[in-house]
Amino acid sequence: MSATTTAPAGVAKTPKSKNASDRSVAENRLGMKLVAPALVVMLFVTAFPMLQALWLSLSNYALTAPDDRSFVGAQNYVTALSDPLFWRTMLVTVGIMVVTVFFELVIGFVFALVMHRVIFARGIIRTSILIPYGVITVVSGFAWQFAFSSTNGFVNAWVPFIEDNFNWFGEQFPALFAICVSEIWKTTPFMSLLLLAGLAQVSEDMIEAAKVDGATWWQRMWKVILPNMRAAIMVAILFRALDAFRIFDNIFVMTGGAVNTESVSFLTYRQVIEQFQIGMGSALSVLLFLSVLVIAFGIVKLFRVDLAAARQEG
Amino acid sequence: MGDPQGRGAGSAVRRVGIGAALVLAAGTLSACSSDGKPTLNWYINPDGQATLTSLAERCSTDDYDIAIQLLPTGATDQRTQLARRLAANDSSTDLMSLDPVFVAEFANAGWLAEFEGDAADAVVDDDVLSGPADTVQWDDKVYAAPQWANTQVLWYRQSLAEQAGIADALQDGTATWSQVIDAASENGATVGVQADRYEAYMVWINSLVQGAGGDIVSDTEAGVDAQVDIDSDAGRAAAAVVQQLADSPAAQSDLSVSREGTSLGAMYGDGPGEFMTNWTFVYKNYEGTVSDEEFADLAWARYPRTVEGEESAPPVGGIDIGVGAFSEHPDWAIEAAQCVTDPEAQLQLAVNDGLMPARASVYEEQELVDAYDAGLLDLYRESIEAGGTRPKSAFYNQISGAVQSTWHPPASVDPEKTPRESADFIRDVLQGKALL
Repeated sequence: MSATTTAPAGVAKTPKSKNASDRSVAENRLGMKLVAPALVVMLFVTAFPMLQALWLSLSNYALTAPDDRSFVGAQNYVTALSDPLFWRTMLVTVGIMVVTVFFELVIGFVFALVMHRVIFARGIIRTSILIPYGVITVVSGFAWQFAFSSTNGFVNAWVPFIEDNFNWFGEQFPALFAICVSEIWKTTPFMSLLLLAGLAQVSEDMIEAAKVDGATWWQRMWKVILPNMRAAIMVAILFRALDAFRIFDNIFVMTGGAVNTESVSFLTYRQVIEQFQIGMGSALSVLLFLSVLVIAFGIVKLFRVDLAAARQEG
Repeated sequence: MGDPQGRGAGSAVRRVGIGAALVLAAGTLSACSSDGKPTLNWYINPDGQATLTSLAERCSTDDYDIAIQLLPTGATDQRTQLARRLAANDSSTDLMSLDPVFVAEFANAGWLAEFEGDAADAVVDDDVLSGPADTVQWDDKVYAAPQWANTQVLWYRQSLAEQAGIADALQDGTATWSQVIDAASENGATVGVQADRYEAYMVWINSLVQGAGGDIVSDTEAGVDAQVDIDSDAGRAAAAVVQQLADSPAAQSDLSVSREGTSLGAMYGDGPGEFMTNWTFVYKNYEGTVSDEEFADLAWARYPRTVEGEESAPPVGGIDIGVGAFSEHPDWAIEAAQCVTDPEAQLQLAVNDGLMPARASVYEEQELVDAYDAGLLDLYRESIEAGGTRPKSAFYNQISGAVQSTWHPPASVDPEKTPRESADFIRDVLQGKALL
């Protein structure tokens, strides 16, 4: 998705400049022509399903009763937004998002520093940090489910103050803890990769200058490195937050949504795939989409970062 | 889904390309076998795989071959996989093994080919027990052929029943749940049921309600406007049984997560044993795994009554064979469905895999009589004949889910509240006014 939104925006920007030469106008025309097929394909594969979901969300439509399909307006939205189940899953989802993104940011930053500063065995260290990210989420979910299992897992044996037969998946918070651990383990490397890119952009001159002025390591970190990495941090948080908000695989594998560990994505899945409620499921996915938009908007505003600058276009 | 890693369009195209190639390859594979004969795909569930495979061979003809395709183990996953194919008008789904509760859902969605004329008469003739025959009909039409039937009976130890003094009532089939629970409580025994939040809990509740002469829902042809009847004397009687068990010392410690397999151990553990309602597999499960003396102590009786004086309605399960509405060879598929559900097929499934016949005549076969206790066979047949089916509705999944969520955990069930709350919830869910 990111690829397509960037391309037309980049093209559309230049014609506005007033003194465009014939050549640049012609180049822009060519650019538009070259991009057009991709744009059409993207409209077909993303815009069309989205619009269809929007349309379906306005009807009461079960796959098993195609003849009883009826237009109900905003009824599905009213039902969803007034149902405690929806808000419970929303709370769980936001909780997972906040916790995982926080820990991923902290651990990921440490990893980024290690990867940035390391002088020996650079390739091996960088590669080994990135391994979890290469693991498929479902596999990671199963691996951690086995690890936390009370019958054949090792977590109970290794962690002090935990009884050997403690069932992590029997209650909401322990189960969410296990899900978050799997999620954090799996995606921290992605976070550290984005942060490493940001770290590499911080000019060595500035750090040298701060050093000469007598700034401690801590001061250099807070006053020089982090402020200059703001755009990279925002991008990292934005991507991870949006991904974390749509969490599905780990929950599906580890608890199947039991003991109140359902996320909004999981609730949507159950409505559509298990209950064949196309109308309600579409309404929930539209709400999910809107939530993602709100979160993205919030993060961009919070960091006061110019997106173009973050993309190195400014 | 987003693409934070920024995978290029090139890899996307490549993936689409590979995917398309796979789809094409799969398409050619499933459409014909090597000699150009069409292949009918039969989606089976994992019960009795070996027997079903040999059935597929036997029922292949000069015109077509039948190929086995395995569905996942869980009923929900089976339903989901079939539904995904059928919702996409899959022409390669020819035959499918269906849990009885899927038949109405799938038929109403237009995913099942109707058995018409002679074929319909043949698959639900007088020989077919009324429980299974009922499961394959929707809207007065026949949409599947019963292949085997399952039912629950009360399993217990004869020594325990004699000690508790209810052996006679059990053998007459007049024992009530209340008597069974009391007998277990007073003798340090337990009562095994299925009360985890899953389909088998719905099976139990449905049988309790029907055993009291009621229904959870009726007029199910009306779809979302079906009549919800669980808030009734029958519903309250059913809730009273669940409450009595949950509050009694006879309740097993894992009652709220108990499944078919979890209470098997209590029969021959420490203590006097248990009373357990469970499916027919129990007999073969204990045969050979416990000592001969212990096995001789195993007894069985008809499903307990919910209320005195009203016959019990034992649960009915099993498998029906449906034909995909989008099949390229519906006539052959219907012919094949009849073949894989014929008396010989049912006999093999019963003898080899303990999957009980849906036809009365098969119970008389010598091979089956040799493999089982004669009294047990009679009880199975009687239970399947008298059995109560679960509601047949295009919205069965929602009805079941709504019941499970309001009646779980069993310890929270209150005859004064639960039936009313579940009735309201079922109505709201059907009308799209509550999320499930």
